[in-house]
Amino acid sequence: MIRVEKLNKFFGEKQVLKDVSIEYQPGKCSLVIGASGSGKTVLLKSLVGLLPIDSGEIWYDDILFSSLGEKEIKNIRKEIGMLFQGSALFDFASVEENIRFPMDFFTEWSKEEKLERVNFCLKRVNLINVNKLFPNELSGGMQKRVGIARAIALNPKYLFCDEPNSGLDPHTSILIDQLIAEITKEYNITTIVNTHDMNSVMEIGDQVSFIHKGEKVWEGSRNDILTSNSAELNEFVFANNMAKRVKEMMQQASR
Amino acid sequence: MIMKNALDILGRYVLLMRKVFTKPDKSSIFWKQFFTDVEKLVLNSIPIVAVISVFIGAVIVIQTASNIESPFIPKMYVGYMARESLVLEFCSTMIALILAGKVGSNISSEIGSMRITEQIDAMEIMGINSANYLVLPKILAATIFNPFLMLMSFMIGLLGGAMIIFITGIVTMSQYVDGLHYAFRSYYIFYSMTKMAVFSFIITSISSFYGYYASGGSLGVGSSSTKAIVASSVLILVANLVITHIMLV
Repeated sequence: MIRVEKLNKFFGEKQVLKDVSIEYQPGKCSLVIGASGSGKTVLLKSLVGLLPIDSGEIWYDDILFSSLGEKEIKNIRKEIGMLFQGSALFDFASVEENIRFPMDFFTEWSKEEKLERVNFCLKRVNLINVNKLFPNELSGGMQKRVGIARAIALNPKYLFCDEPNSGLDPHTSILIDQLIAEITKEYNITTIVNTHDMNSVMEIGDQVSFIHKGEKVWEGSRNDILTSNSAELNEFVFANNMAKRVKEMMQQASR
Repeated sequence: MIMKNALDILGRYVLLMRKVFTKPDKSSIFWKQFFTDVEKLVLNSIPIVAVISVFIGAVIVIQTASNIESPFIPKMYVGYMARESLVLEFCSTMIALILAGKVGSNISSEIGSMRITEQIDAMEIMGINSANYLVLPKILAATIFNPFLMLMSFMIGLLGGAMIIFITGIVTMSQYVDGLHYAFRSYYIFYSMTKMAVFSFIITSISSFYGYYASGGSLGVGSSSTKAIVASSVLILVANLVITHIMLV
């Protein structure tokens, strides 16, 4: 479980996160949604300690993460997996070496054991015979899958995904969403996904938090989102014509 | 404002170096990376250093020979002057300035690209000290092995001089060789190797610094690369003055 309490973050004079408080449960896909520039990525990077926070508290289970020193943060990070927006696969390494990278640093496994784990992770994300390929030889969707495989290589307790669907076609997006949801349930991971893709929200959003101009203005499940009274959330959710049409049809049906 | 920026850069450089000079997470991975960097930064520089050295050696010999007009100055001074010019300045400072361009831009653009594509963040999230993993092997590889590159440059420069004498006969080979042996001070080799070690530290650490803090997409990587080369070159010249004052005065 990850708990955020009254989190504030400034860049110079500009406040990008305002008193954000959210609790993320294990085994659930918790989605953070919001428009571009709303503060989603800053929140995610603050949660993993890539950005220092100005005030507030971040708890990983019963450990106050935001008060830890560098060494203790490093220990927590060994239990974190992260999928980046652009996959962030290492250019200098093959698919196999990318997934093996955390194992090389933090395990004493033999070569065979590492290879077995690499192949298991690749199979889990439905990729085979790609061990020797380099990131630039993979499609966007395959890169995301390798990113997920690398993120789960050491059985993380916490999984962070920053816009996992950006740049992917709708079909591949759904596959990536389903994969994240399956892995979350299978390993009881606390998963936090940043997205502005409403398809993802409706597909895997066990818990959804809406961030607007740095503030958390709404929280609920994917079922509540379409009937919410929050003006800001409605403006975000029903921004495109198709969504507006769906809303009109829902309203007509309820009459 | 300029002062504030300079202090800010200095502060961030010191903080980065503090992260760099820590015990590697795993020594086997460090050594693998170290030898990769020896190949990339030192061995791959041999061709360019060799080509430049042979030509500069030849040019120094021609220039010196054509400037000795007085019959009272022995021709062996051509060899002496070539040796002294190469060992004192060319093989360390000039080669370091060339490496600042070649190696410096390579390091800053490589690390800068990793920064803007979030590969460095990915390492940090895994709990890996990215600065130590990426920068320390580069600094040590160049600082330890580039002085030998300087020695190689010195030898090849002298050979370049011999080659041009063989081709043009501007002085006799025995005069050139006599000059090379004349008043030889091995301390100058030590001085030049020391300079090269310091310059190599400057090139690798400054280039890594600018790459590590690159921002703003591909333009940012290009800009960090330029800054790295300019800053390294200026610092090499300053360090050259300081070391020379300390070691030769």
